[in-house]
Amino acid sequence: MLLLMNVVVCVKQIPDPADPGALDPQTNTLKRDGKLILDESDSYGVEMALQLVDTAGGGEVTLVSMAPNGEVSGLRTALAMGAAKAVLVSDPALAGSDALGTSKVLAKAIQRAGEADLILTATESSDGYTGVVPEQIAELLQLPSITFAKEITIEGNTLKVQRQTEAGYDEVESPLPAVVSVTAGVVEPRYPSFKGIMAAKSKPVDQVTVADLGIDPSAVGWAGGGQEIVEVAQAEARAGGTIVEDDGEGFQKIVDLLAELKVI
Amino acid sequence: MTVSKIWVLAEATDGKVATTTLEILAKARELADTVEVVTASGAEIAAEVGAHGATKVLAVGGTEGKLLGAPLAGAIAAAIAAGNGPDAVLMATSYTGRDVAGRLSVKIDAPVITNVVDLVERDGRLAGVEPIFGGVTDVITKFTTDKVGIFLVRPKSFAAEESGGAAASVEELSVPDLGATGTAVVTSRFVEEKTGPSLDEAAVVVSGGRGLGEKDNYQLVEDLAKLLQAAPGASRAIVDAGWVPYSYQVGQTGKVVKPTLYIAAGISGATQHLVGMKGSKNIIAINKDAEAPIFAVSDLGIVGDVHKVLPKLIEALQARS
Repeated sequence: MLLLMNVVVCVKQIPDPADPGALDPQTNTLKRDGKLILDESDSYGVEMALQLVDTAGGGEVTLVSMAPNGEVSGLRTALAMGAAKAVLVSDPALAGSDALGTSKVLAKAIQRAGEADLILTATESSDGYTGVVPEQIAELLQLPSITFAKEITIEGNTLKVQRQTEAGYDEVESPLPAVVSVTAGVVEPRYPSFKGIMAAKSKPVDQVTVADLGIDPSAVGWAGGGQEIVEVAQAEARAGGTIVEDDGEGFQKIVDLLAELKVI
Repeated sequence: MTVSKIWVLAEATDGKVATTTLEILAKARELADTVEVVTASGAEIAAEVGAHGATKVLAVGGTEGKLLGAPLAGAIAAAIAAGNGPDAVLMATSYTGRDVAGRLSVKIDAPVITNVVDLVERDGRLAGVEPIFGGVTDVITKFTTDKVGIFLVRPKSFAAEESGGAAASVEELSVPDLGATGTAVVTSRFVEEKTGPSLDEAAVVVSGGRGLGEKDNYQLVEDLAKLLQAAPGASRAIVDAGWVPYSYQVGQTGKVVKPTLYIAAGISGATQHLVGMKGSKNIIAINKDAEAPIFAVSDLGIVGDVHKVLPKLIEALQARS
């Protein structure tokens, strides 16, 4: 049994999904200039990390994030849940970073966070949803990885994960350290307590630039992307249908359509 | 044609090639003269992928019991480094596809174009079409370098169709030493028992969302699905809330479905959900908020309480059968 379990959780601060998204007309990338919140997808990894540290009986949870303008509001949420500290990479050079650029920055930031036994991420973010960052980080750090975890246990130096599959799940094992992406909904993220929220305000956030991490700024952001958006177009819209207020007989309209479509 | 050779990651279970692989093969052979597959399977899929247009199976051996991301990416990267690579590698947005794409992208230091629903040519290069904001807007992205293009293609983007080709020839593709990255092993597999049609293939899908109010009310969705021989589905909100397993999820993060009829009960239609079901032939929505975005894509929208409409609908259908 590990006596100390140090877990790094990669978290993303995103525009509130309740607000409609928009593209920056200059660059055609997603606008991220408003207030940012903790991506809900990441709250499951934070919760899982806190539980693993509890089970081990020692160690701590460190957050790693990148965001424009030194944005910390989402990080504070995760710190209030119980994470000990955070590394935040904030640099204008990061604007327009794609998944690979993001992973290069996160991998360096993870190394800066200290020796980690386990690195957790979400399976994908709720705004960019490329879903390739966890594996990219693992490859950059030359670590094994297990994606789509629904349950994680640690036995000695062995990581055991129940991994989602099309048919059900697989039991997968690897040595530590490793990178694991956590499926949303598999644990119940705790609500930050009032005490937690107050404590989070004074927890250390190590804010660094790309250069601080030893990365050439031209290797990330727009310049480092290696891909380019060449066209943005309105997708074909569906023709509007019939919308009716239910007067108690709305179900009949459905029955009629089901019959017309020969479903019944 | 400037794209001369495409590799498609072929996924197969017990020798049966995944539908998503066959879909991608149909598009790949439209785009390139030479289409070959890379697979952890081997000769057993040669006839099937051949019939769908692949001329060669590049079999990556020694992967039994391993998670496939690292070895497959390693084998592809080694072939590229040796100068034997393709112009582009296409894979499905699947568990394995995403693992391979991420690892490969680092190995060849090239980006991945993700969530692609169509592939087009722009300025002599292959470009991916990606729907954003729930499919309201399409973005076309191309690579700016001459490196091998990695694309992750969403399921059901293309129709699988046989080309009548002969069985593909089989060649070994070797895996270099992977060090620690190749150490994840599968110790056992669990198959969840499911009854009724699968979400992927059902002609009718009935999905429930947060509007159902509480977990127990999902039974209404199950009951309606049973009466219509439909597959039950769910929005991300109730999967995250733990009401139903992840395998029920329809949307950006879950399954893409294109049934003849999709019934959305108590689903508001977040962009996340719309992307996964907007391609359905007919859509019926029941939601109490008249402003819900789901109504914009519905052929029939009932503005009302699912707790009232669903029981009456179920009763009416039971009375008919």
